[in-house]
Amino acid sequence: MKAPESAPKPKAPSQRAQGTPIRALRTAGGLSVRFELRPLVTVVALLVVALAASVVLIGTGDFQIPASDVISTLLGNGSVAHEFIVNDLRLPRVVVGLLVGAALGLSGALFQSVTRNPLGSPDIIGFGQGSTVGALVVIVLFKGSAEAVAYGSLAGGLVTGVLIYLLAWKRGVHGYRLVLVGIGAAAVLTAVNGYLLTKAQIVDAARAVVWITGSLNGRGWEQVGPLFWFCVILIPLVFAYARPLRMLEMGDDVAYALGVRVERTRLVLMTAAVLLTAAATAAAGPVAFVSLTAPQLARRLTRSPGPNLLASMVMGATLLIAADLGAQRVFGADQLPVGVVTGVLGGGYLLWLLAAERKAGRI
Amino acid sequence: MNRLSADNVTLGYDQRVIAEQLSVEIPDHSFTVIVGPNACGKSTLLRALSRMLKPSEGRVLLDGQTIHSMPAKKVAKTLGLLPQSSVAPDGITVADLVGRGRYPHQGLLRQWSPEDERVVQESMASTGVAELADRYVDELSGGQRQRVWIAMALAQQTPLLLLDEPTTFLDIQHQIDVLDLCADLHEEQGRTLVAVLHDLNHAARYATHLIAMRDGKVIAEGPPSEIVTADLVERVFGMRCQIIDDPETGTPLVVPAARKGRVRDAVGGLGR
Repeated sequence: MKAPESAPKPKAPSQRAQGTPIRALRTAGGLSVRFELRPLVTVVALLVVALAASVVLIGTGDFQIPASDVISTLLGNGSVAHEFIVNDLRLPRVVVGLLVGAALGLSGALFQSVTRNPLGSPDIIGFGQGSTVGALVVIVLFKGSAEAVAYGSLAGGLVTGVLIYLLAWKRGVHGYRLVLVGIGAAAVLTAVNGYLLTKAQIVDAARAVVWITGSLNGRGWEQVGPLFWFCVILIPLVFAYARPLRMLEMGDDVAYALGVRVERTRLVLMTAAVLLTAAATAAAGPVAFVSLTAPQLARRLTRSPGPNLLASMVMGATLLIAADLGAQRVFGADQLPVGVVTGVLGGGYLLWLLAAERKAGRI
Repeated sequence: MNRLSADNVTLGYDQRVIAEQLSVEIPDHSFTVIVGPNACGKSTLLRALSRMLKPSEGRVLLDGQTIHSMPAKKVAKTLGLLPQSSVAPDGITVADLVGRGRYPHQGLLRQWSPEDERVVQESMASTGVAELADRYVDELSGGQRQRVWIAMALAQQTPLLLLDEPTTFLDIQHQIDVLDLCADLHEEQGRTLVAVLHDLNHAARYATHLIAMRDGKVIAEGPPSEIVTADLVERVFGMRCQIIDDPETGTPLVVPAARKGRVRDAVGGLGR
């Protein structure tokens, strides 16, 4: 048996019309940037939804403001009363929501890609639980201020990240080891949190439970600041490593052969993901399921392989804002923590998509 | 001097030493096949040659330089590797996967040039997967998938290509198919190929240069027609056999000795 004759070389790129054709923007100088149409459209559509939901969310509350007034106020043409309500009270909450959602979506995509496992999300493998330990220690043992709780949570998340990385290390960090070690750590940390809650006085326990659920209530510009800087520094760093990450998805050996510095790429990206998760959790508490569902939802909408970083990030922001809007519209302002809704909304949407995919035979 | 060689390398994982003071030359423009029994260190040698395993002593030389001190992307433009463990990401098309072989030639602002496009088309054409370009890799048969991975390695455009057991897990017809493809790549494109193979007869038929290993040592190396003897097979694999001419190609064909009582009467006794 002989290998088939070399097929005549297809001349035009239009030869591969279906699937997801590779497109690129090219300049005369030889620069080229690759893009795919469907993911791009998905990202734009999600952005539109996120911004629209943000505007409606800003107008929602005890004092309703029509969307047109919200927009004109945001552009600097609003009345004094509107300006106070929009810019000082409600905008920071929405900005925190967008940033938290974006950070969680992005870090979820990073972890799921590095571990090559959808269960490798930071909320499954112990980071949320670690942040919670930090926060609960501050709430229960020290009765600290909101600011102290944020620092405690940040510290808890980072320490957990380092510990899990070290425990999972064996000639490099491998996906399933990280997931198993992380799930083990999550179980231990959950037990610690349970113990802390039983030791707490009833007032502290109530405060702790609200924090654990994840909430945007009462978030102001002071939460935006640190989170914003984390995002400004880490997000470009992550995108600079997106191409090597894409190669890593084919296995360490293939990535090595293609010239990727495997361990360094993984270390940089996991550090960035841990920092993003910890910063987001410090600002809003461990909002459930955004890290887990956002990348899965994004991938199903873009129908594109690869880490889908941008789409996951925008999906995270959209999901969180939509959940907060839903919580406020249905249950009234500040009644229901957003974490409850992200769990229901994100989980439900994912189940629905999975069911739809099964019907379409794509699973 | 040959482009790729291992110079007195000691190889192992953690404390376990697999090969000591091993020296190997890969002749330029050869189709070199490394054979040997399980755990003889053949895959370990290939990993060292491909920069994935760092020798604890000695060095691997690529174009006269120590391979482990060269920039990763520079090595990746000269030496390609098809490892055993490769994962096709979910929902990836053939063209996309093959395109990923262009990674070492790309940069942050040079992500998909017309050259990339052309090389990908050529690689798919020369491995016979051009008509599968839009298909999803998960839908393909094992043999087709292996061709796609080879196409990806080809798109890397390296003069040297290393293959770690490229025929494992394939049906016999696909094994021969992949080996024929490798031979074509070697003959028509002048690439230097190094493969680890399990099957001695495949090695003897396709290799231009054979390296036989046992217990971390090279027992013999050279063209199969010169070195494959019943004595060598016994020393390397610990198995008695006859060597006859392959009726198709004239290369050595290893016929394992039968147990007593299963030998055909007419042959009488075991040939040595």
